[in-house]
Amino acid sequence: MSHDEQGKPAATATGVSRRGFITSVGSGAIGVAAAGALVKGAPPSPPPDTLKAGDLSAVTITVNGRRHQVLVEARWSLLYVLRDRLGLTGTKIGCERGECGACTVLIDGKARYACMTLAVEADGHEVTTVEGLMQGEELGPVQQAFAEDDAFQCGYCTPGQVMAAEGLLRENPSPTIEDVRHGMAGNICRCGAYAHIFTAVVKAADLKRGGR
Amino acid sequence: MDDKELYFWRGPLPETQALPPDAAPEPWGETRVVGKPVTRVDAYDRVSGSAIYPSDVILPDMLHAAVLTCPHAHALVKKVDTAGAEKMPGVRAVLKDGMPGTNVPWFQGRGGFSSRLFDPHCRYEGDEVAVVAADTIYQAWDAVRAIDVEYEVLPHAVTVEDAMKPDAPGLRDGGNVPPAAKPYERGNVAEGFKAADVVLEQTYTTPCELHNPMELHGCVAKWDGPRLTVWESTQGVYAVQSGVANALKLPLANVRAIGPYMGGGFGSKLETGKYSVMAALLARKTGRPVRLFYTREQVCRSMGNRPANTISLKVGAKRDGTLVALESRAVGTGGAYAEDGTGGVDYLIRELYTCPNVRCENSSALTNAGPQRAFRAPGHPQGAWALESLMDALAARLGMDPVELRLKNVPAASQTRNGVPYSTTGLADCLREGATAFGWAEARGRRPAPSHIKRGVGVAAGMWQGGAGGPPSTAIVKLFPDGSANLNMGASDIGCGTKTWGAQIVAEELHVGLDRISVEHADTGTTQFATPSGGSKTVPTESPAIRSAALDVKRQLLSMAAEQLKVPAADLDLRGGEIVSKADPAKKLGVGQVQAFGRRGVLVGVGYRGPNPQGKATNPFGAQFAEVEVDTKTGEIRVLRFLSAHDSGRVLNEKMFRNQVNGGVTMGIGFGLTEERVMDRQLGKLLTANLHDYKMPTALDAPADKTVIAIDPHDTFCNTGAKGLGEPATIPTAPAIANAVFHATGLRVTDAPMSPARVLRAMAALKPAPAGRKGEE
Ligand code: FES
Ligand code: FES
Repeated sequence: MSHDEQGKPAATATGVSRRGFITSVGSGAIGVAAAGALVKGAPPSPPPDTLKAGDLSAVTITVNGRRHQVLVEARWSLLYVLRDRLGLTGTKIGCERGECGACTVLIDGKARYACMTLAVEADGHEVTTVEGLMQGEELGPVQQAFAEDDAFQCGYCTPGQVMAAEGLLRENPSPTIEDVRHGMAGNICRCGAYAHIFTAVVKAADLKRGGR
Repeated sequence: MDDKELYFWRGPLPETQALPPDAAPEPWGETRVVGKPVTRVDAYDRVSGSAIYPSDVILPDMLHAAVLTCPHAHALVKKVDTAGAEKMPGVRAVLKDGMPGTNVPWFQGRGGFSSRLFDPHCRYEGDEVAVVAADTIYQAWDAVRAIDVEYEVLPHAVTVEDAMKPDAPGLRDGGNVPPAAKPYERGNVAEGFKAADVVLEQTYTTPCELHNPMELHGCVAKWDGPRLTVWESTQGVYAVQSGVANALKLPLANVRAIGPYMGGGFGSKLETGKYSVMAALLARKTGRPVRLFYTREQVCRSMGNRPANTISLKVGAKRDGTLVALESRAVGTGGAYAEDGTGGVDYLIRELYTCPNVRCENSSALTNAGPQRAFRAPGHPQGAWALESLMDALAARLGMDPVELRLKNVPAASQTRNGVPYSTTGLADCLREGATAFGWAEARGRRPAPSHIKRGVGVAAGMWQGGAGGPPSTAIVKLFPDGSANLNMGASDIGCGTKTWGAQIVAEELHVGLDRISVEHADTGTTQFATPSGGSKTVPTESPAIRSAALDVKRQLLSMAAEQLKVPAADLDLRGGEIVSKADPAKKLGVGQVQAFGRRGVLVGVGYRGPNPQGKATNPFGAQFAEVEVDTKTGEIRVLRFLSAHDSGRVLNEKMFRNQVNGGVTMGIGFGLTEERVMDRQLGKLLTANLHDYKMPTALDAPADKTVIAIDPHDTFCNTGAKGLGEPATIPTAPAIANAVFHATGLRVTDAPMSPARVLRAMAALKPAPAGRKGEE
C-alpha cells in the first residue's frame, strides 16, 4: 500500500483489475493462492472482473496458532489487518513499502514484510508475529537474548528485528556474525543498535539449542 | 546557538525552586546498582510487543486521518475543492484553510516566522493543504486523492546560492536572507596567521541528513468534553502540551500529552507538529478519536533535517603543532521557515582546541525545501568534518602523529565562555587511552598491502556544546510500606534508557531490587515537569533530581525510625528492607514496622535539580578511532573496526552506555558514507523521499567490531557526576573514517558522504587517468 498522495497508484477507489492485481502481487504459488482467495465468498459464478475498494472477500489466516476469518478488501495489506483489524500492534509500521523491516513477520516460518504482503495473499497461510514468540508470559529465546544483550534503544524496530532473527535461525541454527549481518540486512535500526543485535542473535541461537 | 537554546523550550525557562540544604549529597563511591550493566526495566515490554507506542494506540470508534500536501516547491493555493472527497465512503470530516477553527497561527522552529495551519502560500513540497478523517486509513487516502487543488506555481530556489540571488523568489516579506549575525571573534586572526609557520586552507561540504526515526511522526487525539488527550510520539510531552494548548487556545490543564514509549526522534520530535493540531480539530469536529500519522515520504519531506553546510576553514600552526589561528566561513540553509542553517557548525572550531585567534562567520538563507529541525548535536558533526579533517591534514604536513597534534592543543578551559575552566575534561585521556586500546601506533605503522584494497586507520576528537544539563527538573519517589518504590518523572525515554537508569538510582539509594520499582513518566497528566529530552541533557538534568528524591524519602523514613528506636537518625542505615543501627546492629526495624510510616500509607520524597557550579563549564568529550578498507577500483569504503573513548562523566549503566555510543557511531557512519538528501534543483522536489533512496546504515554498514571505553574523570558538577552522551557519540565519527581513508590511500575526501562515486572522482583527480580513459567523466 502506498499512501503517497502525489503518485496515483494502481489501487485506487476506482478499482483494480484482477489481471493487474495478480501481476502486481507477484508470481508463483502465492499469486495463484491469492487468486483463489478472491473468489471465495463471492457468488459462485461468474467471478467479478473488477474488485472495487470496499468489496470484501473472506480470508482465513492463522495468526500465532489461532484461525481468524476476516473480511478484507483486496488492497489491504497483511500489516494493516494484523494491526488495525486484529489489534496485534506488536508488528510495527515504518514505511509500508518494504524498505525498513519494522513489519517483519513469519509466513509459514519464513521472514516476510507484512506491508508487502496483501491480506488475500496470506489466506490459508500461517503467520507468526512477535506476540506469537512468547511462551505464555515468558519471553521466547530470541526475545530473551535481545533483552539481555540490550539489542535496541527506542525499541521500535525491535519486533521486526526479533522476527527477522527468528526467521534466520530457523533456516540457519548456527549462524556466524557475518551470516547474521547478511540475514539482518533487511531491517533498519535507526538507533543503530546493530552491534548488540549481532551478539543477541548469536546468543539466541545458543538459547534455542538449549544452551544457557 | 546559545547554551540556553539547548533546552529546546520556547519562552523563559521555568526555574527550580530553592533547594533543601542537603540537596548536594556526597558523590557516590563504590556503587552496587548504578553503573552496572543491568537489563532495562522495560526490556520485556519492548521485545514482547506489549509496549504500546503512540502509533499503536487503538481507541473505540477511532478514525484515521491522512494529510494532503503541496506537490510543488513553491505555490499559492487558489482553490481547494473537497466536495467530491466529502461524499466518499467512510469519510467523516475534511479540513482545509478557511474552515472554522483552522485559522491557527503556526511558528516553525525557534526564530521561524509565522504562517498558519493550512497556509495558502506553500513554501516547499510538503506544506500541508488539507486533511481528511475516515473510518479506515485506506478511505482517508482515497479521499485525499479525490481533493482537487488549483495551485499557482511560483518560481523556487532550493539551493542557498539560488536563494541568495537578488531576484530570488521570496519565501516571505523581507527576503530570504536573515540579518547576518555578528561573526564570532577572539584575538586577531590576521596576526595569528602571520605568526604561523604553516597555514592550511580547505573547503568542506556536508550532506543534508534526514532524521528518519523508525516510528513515524504523529499522534492519536481524543476529547472528553473540554479536555483533550494526545498520545504523541515525542521527545517531550510538556512541549506537546504547551504547543497544542497555545495553538488551540486551551488551558494547559485541559491538554494531556502522553508518550512513555516512542520510536526515536534524534531531535525531530522536540516540539509538536501540525499533526497534533489537525488531529485535535478533526476529533472535535467528528466527536470521535482520531489517529494521524505522516507517511514515510511525508516524514522525509517535512519532519526536519540536518542542514547541508559548506565550510571553508583555515588553520595556522607553529612547527611544533601549536595552533595559532583558525578562521571559518560556513553557509547553510534551514529550508523553508527555519532561518538558521548553520547553528552549532562553528562550535568545535571555537572550543575544541586551544587557539588564541579565532574568527567564525556564518550565513544562511531560506529555501523552498523541508525545514530543518535540531538533529543530534546540531552543527557539530559538520564542524567536526571540517576541523578534524583539517587537523589530520595539518598533522601530515607537520609530520606529526595525529593523536600527538591533538594532545598538544587540548584546552583546560572553555575559550568561548570567557575562559572559565572545565569542571573536568577527559579529552586527553580519551585520545591517549583510546589510542592504546586501539593499537594505534602499531596499526599506523603497518606496511600497505600490494593490493587494490587498501587499509588505513584514522582518529578524530570531539565535544558537545551541551551535555551538562541543569534546572529545572522535579522527580518524585514514593516508598510503599513493603519497601517497594515508585519513581515519577516527566522525562521521555527516547532510547537512552531513562526509566532504567532512573530505577537504578532509586535502587542504589533505597536498597530496593529493580523488580520492586515501578516507573511512571512522560505524561503531563500524572508526572512532573520536564523539558524535552534533547541536547544530551536528560541524564545530567534528571538523574540528580531522582537521586535527591530518593534521598528525601530515605531521610524521612530514617527520622521516623530514629524516633521509634530512640537513636539518632545519623546512626541509622537502610539496607535490604531493614533499618539498622550502625552502632548496635541488634537495633533494627523492617520498613513496614515503622509505625509513623504505617499511619502515613506512602512516603513521598521530592527531588529538584540544583544549578551547576558557577565559574565552571561542563561538557562531554570523546575521541574515536576507525580502521577502514578502501577498494580503489570501486571506491567502496568498509569500516572494519571502530573504537570510541568517551568522557561523559559517570556511567549509569555500562551496557546502555556502550549501546548508545555504538548507535551514535552508526549514525556517524551514515553521515560519512551513505546518507544524503537529494533535491531536484529544477523541480524543487525531494528525490530521496523513501528509505531506499535515502540510505541509512544497515547491518551491513555497521562493523561488528566496535569497542567502547568510558573515561570517567569523577566530575562533581551535579550529584551524580553524569554528563550527556547521545550527541557526543556521533560527532567525530565521519572525520575519523575520512582520516582513515587518507591513511589508506593518500586521498583526502572533503565532501561527505564519501560515496563510491565521490571517492573515484577524488581518486581520478589525484592521479593522471590511464591513457584511453580520458574524458569519460
Ligand atoms: S513497514 Fe514494511 S518494510 Fe517498512
Ligand atoms: S531501537 Fe530504535 S530503531 Fe532500532
